[in-house]
Amino acid sequence: MRGEQGAAGARVLQFTNCRILRGGKLLREDLWVRGGRILDPEKLFFEERRVADERRDCGGRILAPGFIDVQINGGFGVDFSQATENVCSGVALVARRILSHGVTSFCPTLVTSPPEVYHKVVPQIPVKSGGPHGAGVLGLHLEGPFISREKRGAHPEAHLRSFEANAFQDLLATYGPLDNVRIVTLAPELGRSHEVIRELTARGICVSLGHSVADLRAAEDAVWSGATFITHLFNAMLPFHHRDPGIVGLLTSDRLPAGRCIFYGMIADGTHTNPAALRIAHRAHPQGLVLVTDAIPALGLGNGRHTLGQQEVEVDGLTAYVAGTKTLSGSIAPMDVCVRHFLQATGCSVESALEAASLHPAQLLGLEKSKGTLDFGADADFVVLDDSLHVQATYISGELVWQAEAARQ
Amino acid sequence: MRLVILDNYDLASEWAAKYICNRIIQFKPGQDRYFTLGLPTGSTPLGCYKKLIEYHKNGHLSFKYVKTFNMDEYVGLPRNHPESYHSYMWNNFFKHIDIDPNNAHILDGNAADLQAECDAFEKKIKEAGGIDLFVGGIGPDGHIAFNEPGSSLVSRTRLKTLAMDTILANAKYFDGDLTKVPTMALTVGVGTVMDAREVMILITGAHKAFALYKAIEEGVNHMWTVSAFQQHPRTIFVCDEDATLELRVKTVKYFKGLMHVHNKLVDPLFSMKDGN
Repeated sequence: MRGEQGAAGARVLQFTNCRILRGGKLLREDLWVRGGRILDPEKLFFEERRVADERRDCGGRILAPGFIDVQINGGFGVDFSQATENVCSGVALVARRILSHGVTSFCPTLVTSPPEVYHKVVPQIPVKSGGPHGAGVLGLHLEGPFISREKRGAHPEAHLRSFEANAFQDLLATYGPLDNVRIVTLAPELGRSHEVIRELTARGICVSLGHSVADLRAAEDAVWSGATFITHLFNAMLPFHHRDPGIVGLLTSDRLPAGRCIFYGMIADGTHTNPAALRIAHRAHPQGLVLVTDAIPALGLGNGRHTLGQQEVEVDGLTAYVAGTKTLSGSIAPMDVCVRHFLQATGCSVESALEAASLHPAQLLGLEKSKGTLDFGADADFVVLDDSLHVQATYISGELVWQAEAARQ
Repeated sequence: MRLVILDNYDLASEWAAKYICNRIIQFKPGQDRYFTLGLPTGSTPLGCYKKLIEYHKNGHLSFKYVKTFNMDEYVGLPRNHPESYHSYMWNNFFKHIDIDPNNAHILDGNAADLQAECDAFEKKIKEAGGIDLFVGGIGPDGHIAFNEPGSSLVSRTRLKTLAMDTILANAKYFDGDLTKVPTMALTVGVGTVMDAREVMILITGAHKAFALYKAIEEGVNHMWTVSAFQQHPRTIFVCDEDATLELRVKTVKYFKGLMHVHNKLVDPLFSMKDGN
């Protein structure tokens, strides 16, 4: 448990010979950890008059906050949207396997499904701290069913719904209790969406706009009602048009509430977004970019046919399609691949690429005091990376939870 | 005194670091025998600290059996303020070496009873057996530590109000905003430093030249408190060329002529690896 068992007495760990991401820069500093949290060594020296109990040499590598994936539909054969008999073990398997991708926290995502599936699955995936068993669950991301028919993408048409009749009550009836829910993706052009958005926001649930044909005005209004995220920018929304930029226009809108930063998910797998489009978005609004995998159950499985939601998908290399069509079905690029691709495609700094996968998703979820940073007091969830941003080791609460083969003794 | 003149800042910093290194190693510090070092802050000693850290990282010098006493600290500045002397010492020295935190003494400018804090500091120095080597700098107004012009030359650790010269000189660390610079500090006295068995003053840069002239070529005067060390049996002034600009040619030539003698103090450079 973090910081609870008399942290003052707990072992002090000092990670040396490394560069840490702090304050948007890679600094040549040591990282100190105690009781599962990042420790202020100056305070330790002058107030407690203590030194480290153990030093670990990081071989000159980069230490970055652990990656946070806020959109992942499953992986390694597990489909979060399937109401199986062993939902928990499925989530646990994915949680453990994504450690090797540098992901230390995630939001299991459910695509459009019938109410029975939500009622069965949602209560079985509670928020959970990460550890050697796997990445932490921050809450569920429910993508659909309150989305646009025209922009449903791979979501099954039969299960799309509206909340025109009873607004929030319809949503509750569909999903069941929302205790475990962190993010809801919906289309704001649906009738009474503003009531729903306000209600969700009031409950601390992040509302994301996606799978929508909303124009810029409707999108801005949705942001005023409380929406803070855009689900996989460019995909499943109207294309940017110079007289109506649509949801994409939120990135540079001057009609948003003062001081509010709109975040947007980007799948930087080399397939879902053309690098030029990635660059346009990044240059327009770098602070809001959140890397997501939108990974499907086929992540980590290889070529062939697999299940996603209520549909079948076909995997071919690094691309997955709705079986028998050319519609993209979701990505199978792991988060660290996305980070590297994003870095290479945009030519941004290493710091920016790392923040897009850690700090920004933490800020989106209002967790930046404890996640997504290596500031003093934050949870000691971090990744050890080589200069080409390949994951060498993953730590949660200051404990080594995964290590690359080459790094093992 | 010894006046050691090096060509530039880097060489002066290195000479000073080598001297400190040799003194510590030759002392043969151990469990029951700590080497006590007085330490300064400011921009002048940064190069010296860097070299000492280098010697430590290369395994030549350990601070395990070294006790340090810093000269001063601002009053009223939070300990973790980036410009506090605690922050300075942590970032520029302590975090890079193996000193025991219990042996690194810095005055607490936020103590409830400031004079009691000063008295306790004097007591700690006494209990540590006095200072073996006090390293210091000089202000543009010729002060040692925060012993501003007019300070008693036999003063002890106490609270001092900073002179305008000092506040102006420090403004650069506070965004150039004079209103942000602390106006008071706790400082070791001139007498406190005079008690040290050996004193080394680092002076670099043309802006310190006049102060150096006043300190060593004019009389002992409480308006230029570093001048007190003319009456100390073992003082070394380590300077770069620029700092000597206000001295007489004769003075500079004499001491430059002695460099072969001075250099014997730092060459050979000892190492703890040699079983010292």
